[in-house]
Amino acid sequence: MQLLEWQPIILTFKLASVTTVVLLVISIPLAYWLAYSRTRFKPIIETLVSMPLVLPPTVLGFYLLLMFSPNNNISQWLGLNLAFSFTGLVIGSVLYSLPFMVHPIQSGFSHLPASLTEASFMLGKSKTTTLFKILLPNIKPALLTGIVLSFAHTIGEFGVVLMIGGNIPGQTKVASIAIYDEVESLNYAAAHAYSFLLFGISFITLFGVYLINGGYMKRMFND
Amino acid sequence: MIKIDLHKKFNEGNIGFELHFEANLLTGKLTTLYGNSGVGKTSVLRMIAGLLTPDQGHLQINEIVWFNGKQKINVKPQNRNVGFVFQEPALFPNLTVKENLMYALDDKTQNARISELVELIELGDLINQKPNTLSGGQKQRVALARALVRKPSLLMLDEPFSSLDQAMKSKLQDYVLAIHKEYSLTTLLVSHDKGEVFKMSDEVIIIENGKIDKQGNPSILFDSPKQDIPFQVTGEVIQIQKKNTKHTISVLIGNTLINVEAQEQEVLELTIGCKVLLTSNKFNPEIQILKNGSPKF
Repeated sequence: MQLLEWQPIILTFKLASVTTVVLLVISIPLAYWLAYSRTRFKPIIETLVSMPLVLPPTVLGFYLLLMFSPNNNISQWLGLNLAFSFTGLVIGSVLYSLPFMVHPIQSGFSHLPASLTEASFMLGKSKTTTLFKILLPNIKPALLTGIVLSFAHTIGEFGVVLMIGGNIPGQTKVASIAIYDEVESLNYAAAHAYSFLLFGISFITLFGVYLINGGYMKRMFND
Repeated sequence: MIKIDLHKKFNEGNIGFELHFEANLLTGKLTTLYGNSGVGKTSVLRMIAGLLTPDQGHLQINEIVWFNGKQKINVKPQNRNVGFVFQEPALFPNLTVKENLMYALDDKTQNARISELVELIELGDLINQKPNTLSGGQKQRVALARALVRKPSLLMLDEPFSSLDQAMKSKLQDYVLAIHKEYSLTTLLVSHDKGEVFKMSDEVIIIENGKIDKQGNPSILFDSPKQDIPFQVTGEVIQIQKKNTKHTISVLIGNTLINVEAQEQEVLELTIGCKVLLTSNKFNPEIQILKNGSPKF
C-alpha cells in the first residue's frame, strides 16, 4: 500500500495559495482603512477581524455550514452550493486567516511616518498612487509576514475545513484531514508521513520569514 | 497676494487652544512666521496646505479660493500646488534621489526641470543614492528640490534647518534665498531663530498664543538698539590649562577659539564641555565689509 497520497498535499497548497491571494487583495484596503480611519465603528471592525484568533474554528465552521446550506436563503439566492466544495473551503479559510494578513499590514501602515503620505499629497499625488508607489513598497517586510503567516496558517487549518468541507478526496480532503483520517484507521505510518511533511514545511516557511525580516539574509550575503 | 483668514480650535486634553491667523502675504516675498514652540505656526502652514481643515475662514491665493468655510469650498491638498518642506525631510525611502524628484513630476517627459534643480541645488553626486545614505543637510536639500519640481505658487518651509549644525544651516539658508530669488517665489518660512529670520525675511509675522502679535520688517524682532550694553556671548569650554598660578581656559564660540584667563577659584567649577557665558564691558565694534560677504551661485 502506498504510504502517502500526494492529492491531499497538493490540495492543501492549492487552498493555501488561493486563500493567500484572496486575502492579500481584501486585506490591503481593509488594513489601510483600519490604520487611518478615525470613525467610531473602527473598534467593532477590529474586533470582528481579530475574532478568529480566539474563536474555536468549529464555531466559525458551524455558522458557515448553516450559511452554505442549500436550504439557506443566501445560497438559494446566489444559486450556489458552497458546503463541501473547494470554493466553500476558500471562503472559510479567508475568514479564518484574516487577522494573520490584516494585522501585520495594518501595523506596517501605522508605523510609517504620516509625513510620507503628506509629502506625496503635496506633490499632487492621489491616495491610490500614494498607496501603490509609496506606502506598499515601504512596508514590504509587513506584507511578506502577512503572506507567509496566512499561507502557513491555512496549511495548518483543521476545524473549519472539517466542518464545512468534510473529507472528499480531491475536493476538500486536505493534509490535516488526511492525518486525522489515517489515525482513525489506525494507519500511524501514513499519519506520521503527512505530519512530518507538514512540520517540515511549516518550519521552513516561518524560518524563511525570520531570516528575511530579521535582515539575517542581507548580513549573510554581505559578509 | 495671498489672503489668509483662518480659525481653528484645538482640544488637547482639558486645554482648549484657539488659533486665529489673519494676514496678507505679498507675492514674490519671503515671509517668516516667528514664535515659540506650540503657538500654532505649523498648524497655520498645514491649514494653508490643506492637510488640516480650518473650522472657518477664507483662504485665497491670486484670486483662486482654496478654502471658504461659508461656501463650503475646500480644495484638496493635491490641487493646491504648494511646495512643502517639512521639519523632517520625508523623502521616500524606497526611491533614489532622482526617483524622489521624478515622482513629483506630473508629466514624466518634463525632466529638464529636474536637471535644472539638480544643478542649482548641487545634487549631481547624490542622484542615484537612496535617502538613508544621505546626511541631514543633504536630505533637506533633496526635499527642497522635490518641493520645487511642480513650480509651486507658494513654497512653505516648516523649520527645515532646525536639526542641522550651524555651518550646514547657513549653507541651506543661502540655497533657499538663491532659489527664492531665481524663481521669484512666494515663500513662507516658519522659524524661531532670530538670526535666521533676520537673514532670510522680507517680512515677519510674530505669533503669540495663536494670534498675530506683530507684522512688519524683520527689525520688529528686536527692541530698539541700545549702545553701551555689556557684550555677551555663549560658548563651550574645550581646554583648561594651568601655568604656575595662572589658568587659561579655551572657549569655543562658533568656529573661533578664545582664550580666557581665570583665577584658581573660578576654574574649580569648570569642566571640559561646560557651556559658559563670556561678558565684556567694553564693546566698541567696528564694521568692515567682507570680500565674500554675499553668497554666489
